[in-house]
Amino acid sequence: MGKAAIEAVGVTKIFQSSGQDSLKALDNVSVTIGENEFFTLLGPSGCGKTTLLRLIAGFDFPTDGQILLHGQDIATLPPFQRPVNTVFQNYALFPHMTVGQNIGFGLEMQGKPKAQVEARVAEMLRLVQMEELKNRRTSQISGGQQQRVALARALAPEPKVLLLDEPLSALDYKLRKEMQIELKRLQNETGITFIFVTHDQEEALTMSDRIAVMSMGRILQVGSPRDIYDRPAVRFVANFIGETNFLEGKVVSTAKGQAKIALAAGPTIAAALGEGAKPSGMVTVVVRPEHASVIAASGKATLSGKLENIVYFGTDTHYHVKLNGGGEFTVRHQNIHAGALAFEKGDKVGVLFGADAARVLRD
Amino acid sequence: MATPREIAVAAERRDIRNRWLLTSPALVIIALAAIGPLFVMLLYSFMLKGDYGDVKPWQFSGDGWFGVFLQRDIFDDTLTVADAHITIFWRSVKLSLMTTLATLFLGFPTAYFIATRPAKQRDIWLFLVTIPFWTNILIRTFAMQEVIRNEGIVNSVMVWLGLISAPIQIMYTDLAILFGMAYVYLPLMVLPLYASMEKIDFRLVEAGYDLYATRLQVLRRIIIPLVKPGIIAGSILVFIPSLGAYVTPRVLGGGKNMMLGNLIELQFGQGRNWPLGAALSITLMIIVTLALLIYVRNASKSGGGHG
Repeated sequence: MGKAAIEAVGVTKIFQSSGQDSLKALDNVSVTIGENEFFTLLGPSGCGKTTLLRLIAGFDFPTDGQILLHGQDIATLPPFQRPVNTVFQNYALFPHMTVGQNIGFGLEMQGKPKAQVEARVAEMLRLVQMEELKNRRTSQISGGQQQRVALARALAPEPKVLLLDEPLSALDYKLRKEMQIELKRLQNETGITFIFVTHDQEEALTMSDRIAVMSMGRILQVGSPRDIYDRPAVRFVANFIGETNFLEGKVVSTAKGQAKIALAAGPTIAAALGEGAKPSGMVTVVVRPEHASVIAASGKATLSGKLENIVYFGTDTHYHVKLNGGGEFTVRHQNIHAGALAFEKGDKVGVLFGADAARVLRD
Repeated sequence: MATPREIAVAAERRDIRNRWLLTSPALVIIALAAIGPLFVMLLYSFMLKGDYGDVKPWQFSGDGWFGVFLQRDIFDDTLTVADAHITIFWRSVKLSLMTTLATLFLGFPTAYFIATRPAKQRDIWLFLVTIPFWTNILIRTFAMQEVIRNEGIVNSVMVWLGLISAPIQIMYTDLAILFGMAYVYLPLMVLPLYASMEKIDFRLVEAGYDLYATRLQVLRRIIIPLVKPGIIAGSILVFIPSLGAYVTPRVLGGGKNMMLGNLIELQFGQGRNWPLGAALSITLMIIVTLALLIYVRNASKSGGGHG
């Protein structure tokens, strides 16, 4: 991460709804988003991600805290004085203007000379590969094309930061995949900071440089997709992104980045610790299904149990193991080569994973 | 044996006949109640006037139409332009245009205010806007008189505040008619404006702000073009009844400041010149139709388009 583009410092937003009950949409949120970064705010609906985006855009103003753009507080500026543009969830294209007029609108409002606006519009149309559709009405183009126009319109004034509010959610699966690649390409070519809001974990993992996982108005964890997926800090993050096995246990001892945990299911295992974590008492250990493997029951196995179910998914197979000490554990094997499965339902099996695959959660 | 094609054609014919049969009651009512009287009026405008009102049946004459813009001198029979009629026509058009503009300027912010309230509150505001409709227009007009007459609220308060030393004469002027008509017809402007504003996706307004448009630019470049159908509908709804207004100019304008409606009434009443009254009525209708045509052509030409 280079220089900071956007910094939120202790931002709180409380919505006062008709007197009695108020809603705390953001609770003391602080985050730093670097220049030229593809940053994703990920979380379920109602987690505050869109509120944070709207505060950065200037459609709402924070109840408390600062929003800095290149070190300058912009929290109280109206949206038309911020060098930040938004791609709206349903695009919000102006229905009374053509594609070209939509794209040129921002530049025109900035008072750029007509020739310059024209040139930039042509350039943006080329960038999103829509040159032939310049004079179409926005109602005469497809959803994917509207998406491109919305992008071009927001990028045309060369904003410092581009905000994207679930821009792909209205597209069908195949188009969404295409636009994911397209967005990444545009971000690389323009070098603009993208702040992307989504509830789709796959979208977040494939596109982002860094992800902030949000829940109930707070940011729970910020990190690279790999960080977030492989090293979830808290239960919500582990649960929200991908599938996870949760194992309860008690801390026996801790030593430089590792802890010995006596699992409720019986055995004592080694598990990795988050940076600076010093857990004690009851903790939760997470293991991703694909980081473990099913082996024949033996002393080598980390955990042992009975194979309860096998679900075939084509690319991989899920093994559901009922652990001897109670609880369940899912293992995902990739189907590297076709052939008969090594185990059958009802077999006594072992589950194997290393200390680096198991991770102690903070909560 | 009928071919499938013949059967289909026969079915379609039967369908069309049924449709005509089913709509015939409505068509008969429209013919009798709307087109019939218009036809009678057209006929009357070409007949000789009766001595005590009415017309002399089937004695045709162009006098009625002659009188719309011309008058015959009672002494030497020379023809001159009917200045009084021209003045009244001009006053009607001028006051109607001004009423339309006044209601537009008052109604636009009102409709915007209502459209931006939370959904639950909007109905209450709309209800409040329509309340004057429940009252008889005559009573509303007299209420206006209470406000603007020399001893009325406006003058009393201004004198009391020392803004003016003596009451300003508003009653029996064109201004009084304008006030009255703007008040009476305001809901007719607010409702269609609200109907189009309610449909606006306010994210478009946010998108405008986001793309560096100031409040004024958002209004001019985004809101007004999107509300244009409502502006046109509201203007038509206000302009047309204003042009034919009768009660308001009668009460607030007094005898001197007549509008077309009063002139027509005069011909059917004291004037006892029904052919002239009928010709004036049809002239009014032609003006309205022309105004509508201009509107419609403008509306379809720009058809939501905006440079």
